[in-house]
Amino acid sequence: MKIGFFVTCLVDLMRPRIGFAAIRLLEAAGCTVEVPMTQTCCGQPGYNSGDRASARALAFKVLEEFEAFDYVVAPSGSCAGMIRVHYPDLFRDEPALLARIQALGARTFELTDFLVNVAKLEGVPGRFDGTVTYHDSCAGLRELGVQDQPRALLARTGAELREMTESTTCCGFGGTFSIKFGDISARLADDKCVNACATGAEAIVGGDLGCLLNIEGRLRRRGDETTRVLHVAEVLAGEDGQPARREP
Amino acid sequence: MEVASPRFKARAAHKLADPALQKALTRVKIKFVPARAQAAADFGDFEALREAGRAIRDRALADLDLWLERFEREATARGAVVHWARDAAEANAIVLAIARENGVRKAAKSKSMVSEECALNDALEGAGIEVIETDLGEYILQLNHEPPSHIVAPVIHKNKEEIADLFEEKHHRPRQTGIAELCREAREILRPHFLSADMGISGANFVVAETGSTVILTNEGNGRLVTTLPRIHVAITGIEKVVPTLEDLSVLLRLLPRSATGQTITNYVSVNTGTRGEGESDGPQQFHIILLDNGRTRVLHSELREMLACIRCGACMNHCPVYQAVGGHAYGWVYPGPMGAILTPLYVGLENALDLPHAATLCGQCSAVCPVKIPLPDLMRKLREQQVERRLRPAAERRGLKLWAWVARHPRLYALGTRLAVRYLRWLADETGRIRVLGLAPEWTSGRDFPAPEPRTFRERWQAGERPGAQPGARP
Repeated sequence: MKIGFFVTCLVDLMRPRIGFAAIRLLEAAGCTVEVPMTQTCCGQPGYNSGDRASARALAFKVLEEFEAFDYVVAPSGSCAGMIRVHYPDLFRDEPALLARIQALGARTFELTDFLVNVAKLEGVPGRFDGTVTYHDSCAGLRELGVQDQPRALLARTGAELREMTESTTCCGFGGTFSIKFGDISARLADDKCVNACATGAEAIVGGDLGCLLNIEGRLRRRGDETTRVLHVAEVLAGEDGQPARREP
Repeated sequence: MEVASPRFKARAAHKLADPALQKALTRVKIKFVPARAQAAADFGDFEALREAGRAIRDRALADLDLWLERFEREATARGAVVHWARDAAEANAIVLAIARENGVRKAAKSKSMVSEECALNDALEGAGIEVIETDLGEYILQLNHEPPSHIVAPVIHKNKEEIADLFEEKHHRPRQTGIAELCREAREILRPHFLSADMGISGANFVVAETGSTVILTNEGNGRLVTTLPRIHVAITGIEKVVPTLEDLSVLLRLLPRSATGQTITNYVSVNTGTRGEGESDGPQQFHIILLDNGRTRVLHSELREMLACIRCGACMNHCPVYQAVGGHAYGWVYPGPMGAILTPLYVGLENALDLPHAATLCGQCSAVCPVKIPLPDLMRKLREQQVERRLRPAAERRGLKLWAWVARHPRLYALGTRLAVRYLRWLADETGRIRVLGLAPEWTSGRDFPAPEPRTFRERWQAGERPGAQPGARP
């Protein structure tokens, strides 16, 4: 299977190790992974801000860059959801392009969804001998149905999952919402931190870097220096920056 | 009602800093959310019910004019008078004319959001007519001169101590603190008004074309008194509330209370059909039904038409994290939450509610629980697009988005930009790897740190030949 890996602009800029971890997982699942170097952003900030023209231009760019692959995989439910669920809206009046966009969308997956349901990954490379709590990011959950997949994979690392209250409630990130309505956004992030920390888990794990930056940012501002905030790919690939403790 | 929506951001900040309100708002999460989930689970195939509800609303909207004409014929045949109001001013003028012709001095009202939309109480009081709100929540708000903050639980923002204080001050009676005692006190004050009112005013959750009936769902019984005791009953509602048949109504009756409060049925379901007949012992002598447009026809012919399917259950606001955090008053007009983020700009003008379609994270929980499956986030996005098309967004935001999109279409430039951005952000970060103040996004760092990026972008490392597994420096 030839995979076009969509890095996402946030992973490229902020946390490249998530990208490398995701590729490691895809390769462990037997995929051939290519990373088109002209890729930039899926266009979601423009789309959600009402700038259809900009979003359409970037969607077309993604189409041309990724159309040749068997699958497109992104370490983000938000970006994968943009491509699969929202791109068709941008081409609703262009039948020829719409067909191509829909075909691309049908082959576009969030990472854990792809690993479980398409690549059927058996074992995972990572080992995590600790407790985690999982935050369900909105787009992955409600647009793509990502909920059991990351949990199933996390269980294979040896991690103990402790569910938080309201794991499916928005963390308040919302892309540009987080910088337009900072105080509301921070308040929602605070609720998320309280619920996550109440589990006593060592790490808050999620599948979307935007949410994770929001949660980590609020966590540190609250003075929590110890709870780790990790992308699910880092944990699954054993790239979370800490050696696994040996079983006694 | 005055439109305070342009000040959403400032009002929201104020609400976030109000500890009493914050405590009161926790009831939304604790009560409504689990109650709706339980009711949906107990029902069985709630998804099928939602589909059925949506299909009924779509059928009504597809031939709205025909169903409305049918409604008018059937209602008229049963002795009611149907009035058509283009806007709030016309609706108020119709009520005032009815009041004048019949020498009305006192009107008792049951809850009606459409009457809030029209500011009907102000119009009546301006004409010297005494108006008494008889829904407990609305009554409390009337005493305190406040608008509702929720469409189903209008006084959700208040606690019982505040209400006890208010009753003591306004009723001149000894202060009661128990909920039952407070309710009894309100009941004692309100009962004579039902008996002495010349006119009863209600809204309508639905109007049924087949029978010319108006339908209200209530829990307190005041609706039934208001619609049957006074000699004149005026029902005021929006033209979109029509449903074709009683059979259709039965589906929506299953959907609405479960979605709103988690009840299988409200305590009262009143189907008002025609005036008091010969030999009947109750019912009004005159039954006037005012059907308000106020922008609805325009919406029907727009890309936001789906919003007219709304049955006003309030599930969208109950499940909205933003509503849960700031409450209804922050939204600044009649309808709060996701529903209000769409209805307010549609009915008061896009330019008068610029923040509202943006005041959501687009998390999608509202549409996940909407009983008639309205894709509320998509509709908010359409309003955002209209703002951009009409150049209503701030110039800096428009330029910023254009610049970002232009750079993102030029990969080399983009790569350079991100390399520089990473260096800049790391320069801003302190020794613990976090940025405390970010000039480019001050709203972020007012309540959160901004985690510093890793030293080099993914693109730099990949182009340098780094691959997973054996990368030096991949673990900072």
